[in-house]
Amino acid sequence: MKKVLLIIQREYLTRVRKRAFILMTLLVPCLIAAMFAIIAYIAKQQEQTLHKIYVLDENGAFKGKFHDSKSKKYVTIDLPLSVAKDTVQKHEDDILLFIPATTDKKDSVTVFAKKKNTLSLADDIQSELNNIATGNRMVQAHIDTAQLHKIKSNIVVQAQELTDAGAKSANVGASYALGFAGAILICMSLFIYGAQVMRGVIEEKTSRIIEVIVSSVKPFQLMLGKIIGVGLVGLTQFVLWILLSTIVTQFVGGGGGHSAQPSPMMQFTNNLGENIVYELSCFMFYWLTGYLLYSALFAAVGSAVDSETETQQFMFPIMLPLWFAYILSVSYLFQAPDSPLAVWLSIIPLTAPIVMMVRIPFGVPGWQLGLSMFLMIAGFLFTTYIASRIYRVGILMYGKKPSYKEMVKWFFYKE
Amino acid sequence: MLSIRNIVKQYAGHTALNDVSLEVERGQIFGLLGPNGAGKTSLIRIVNQITAPDSGEVYFNGEKLNQSHINRIGYMPEERGLYKKMEIGEQMIYLARLKGMSRDEAIKKLRYWFEKLEIQAWWNKKIEELSKGMQQKAQFVSTVVHEPDLIILDEPFSGFDPVNAELIKDEILELNQKGATILFSTHRMESVEELCDSIALLNKSKKILDGTVKSIKNSYRNATYLIEYTGNQLDLDGSQPFNVIEEIALDDSFTIRIKLNEGATANDVLQYLIPKTNINMLQEVVPTMNEIFIEKVSKLN
Repeated sequence: MKKVLLIIQREYLTRVRKRAFILMTLLVPCLIAAMFAIIAYIAKQQEQTLHKIYVLDENGAFKGKFHDSKSKKYVTIDLPLSVAKDTVQKHEDDILLFIPATTDKKDSVTVFAKKKNTLSLADDIQSELNNIATGNRMVQAHIDTAQLHKIKSNIVVQAQELTDAGAKSANVGASYALGFAGAILICMSLFIYGAQVMRGVIEEKTSRIIEVIVSSVKPFQLMLGKIIGVGLVGLTQFVLWILLSTIVTQFVGGGGGHSAQPSPMMQFTNNLGENIVYELSCFMFYWLTGYLLYSALFAAVGSAVDSETETQQFMFPIMLPLWFAYILSVSYLFQAPDSPLAVWLSIIPLTAPIVMMVRIPFGVPGWQLGLSMFLMIAGFLFTTYIASRIYRVGILMYGKKPSYKEMVKWFFYKE
Repeated sequence: MLSIRNIVKQYAGHTALNDVSLEVERGQIFGLLGPNGAGKTSLIRIVNQITAPDSGEVYFNGEKLNQSHINRIGYMPEERGLYKKMEIGEQMIYLARLKGMSRDEAIKKLRYWFEKLEIQAWWNKKIEELSKGMQQKAQFVSTVVHEPDLIILDEPFSGFDPVNAELIKDEILELNQKGATILFSTHRMESVEELCDSIALLNKSKKILDGTVKSIKNSYRNATYLIEYTGNQLDLDGSQPFNVIEEIALDDSFTIRIKLNEGATANDVLQYLIPKTNINMLQEVVPTMNEIFIEKVSKLN
């Protein structure tokens, strides 16, 4: 056990100290920060542009009834339509609102603008026009508008999920997002860290240090130490990413002045509500067991080959279930989380880590989750057993072109 | 010290070791000889517990070989290598700790060895920045730093340049004098006679010969002598106590290779020759290990 700890320590420290690791760890939060900064910038930009709206009101029914806002300023003009159009054409951000004498007909009111995107204001203008027109008609019909405002209710619908534990509020969007993010993260990290394990094994083989090491420790201990060490590197990276991203987006998203406002990350976790513990622990479980299951296979592949170029024929069958699960999950399964296909794929250990992630936001029956988790544990113990038997022979084999037949033979070798 | 009993090891389709038994005494330098593919490395891997035999047993200091013995053995494989991207000092500490040393102890011992082999200046360098000779020294240090009772070297002199090979040889002899038992494999016979107390000869997965170098050589003495004389060429009349196997005439001397007749001694030869010619040299021809090796192997084939 002490030796496994030593191996874990070496695998961890040599990787964490690498420049590539530090760079990646810093780069991702920077990218996230940049993304938030751009979004914030665009939002601000839109808010700040002041649009002058020239109102050409033919019979003056709307005169003086428009309300100016941060981005809109209404100016009443009295010019022929063609002259007014020319004026607006000279200023990019300006809009001409033409209200003919009769507004009853459809399409009678028109907005003219030079830039297409300023036309998005048309919706705002339309609702304002309608409000004014309604008010006008109410006055005409002798309805007390003040009375009416008092009666008018203001109902906002809130989404409530009905569960056995009683109704609880849940933001479905945040759960979706977590499920998707979980599936993508698991898929990615299985590839990234699995490949790191494989490369580590190949490195030991090609540098020929392997025989020195296995004269001190058992091959299984070495494999285990490497898998755990690399796994911890992955965990460190994730934790750092989340921490740094939270801090960085706090700065960017808060816009400097409004520090009281929670960062986007905090908002996201708040939106998840009470589910967060359940969903995050599921994520951690499937990340961990999925990683253990696949990295053992990657280690076996690494042990069988002499160089990375030879790995391709073995990598394909390992990657296949992952890609399959991933593509199905994001394209179809999230729409049918309780379909038989989704249920089965979330129980089979090879695809479960990804498919289960997109199912979890929609609620998974206890027995399915239990069975899936049990099979995940059984699955990684099984692949680790197979992998370690191939590994112990493979690491000492040089110059033999590996094949599946050969690997089966190795599996049946006695100690 | 090390007792290997009836080891059988089979790989799919072929037998690597077929009922091999060996005894290595404490303090010996033991040579494991044989052509390539004879099973030397397979045997060494079994002693190192890298693989296990199909049948047969290995005893270490009278105990059945187990994991606790790993720290008492130092092993330098034929295929040598270290982590290329790791600093040499740190790597040596790691390897020493895998052999059960504490960090402080490892650093202390490593300092001693690094100074002895004059590589202390390279402590913080990565392996890939070192010269080949430097790497080999480091490899040797990692083999012996934990002061093993048994040092196993697989083809120790292959891959070393002559200067380093000599250096390593001296270090091996010194460690042996301090009490370490050495087991090494080689197919280079000249190093055997120089170093080994005992040998075992493996061929095609079987042990075909073992014993002390002296006794093996004695048993292969076949009463052959080399004689150099000056004067006229000998005219042999048939009463001489030997047969001439080979005769070489040089400008001013002759060399003959003779085989003594049954019961005759070198003294008889001299007595016969002294009245007839001037003898410059008489030397017994003892077969070299190389000749014994070739004779033994070709006889079996």
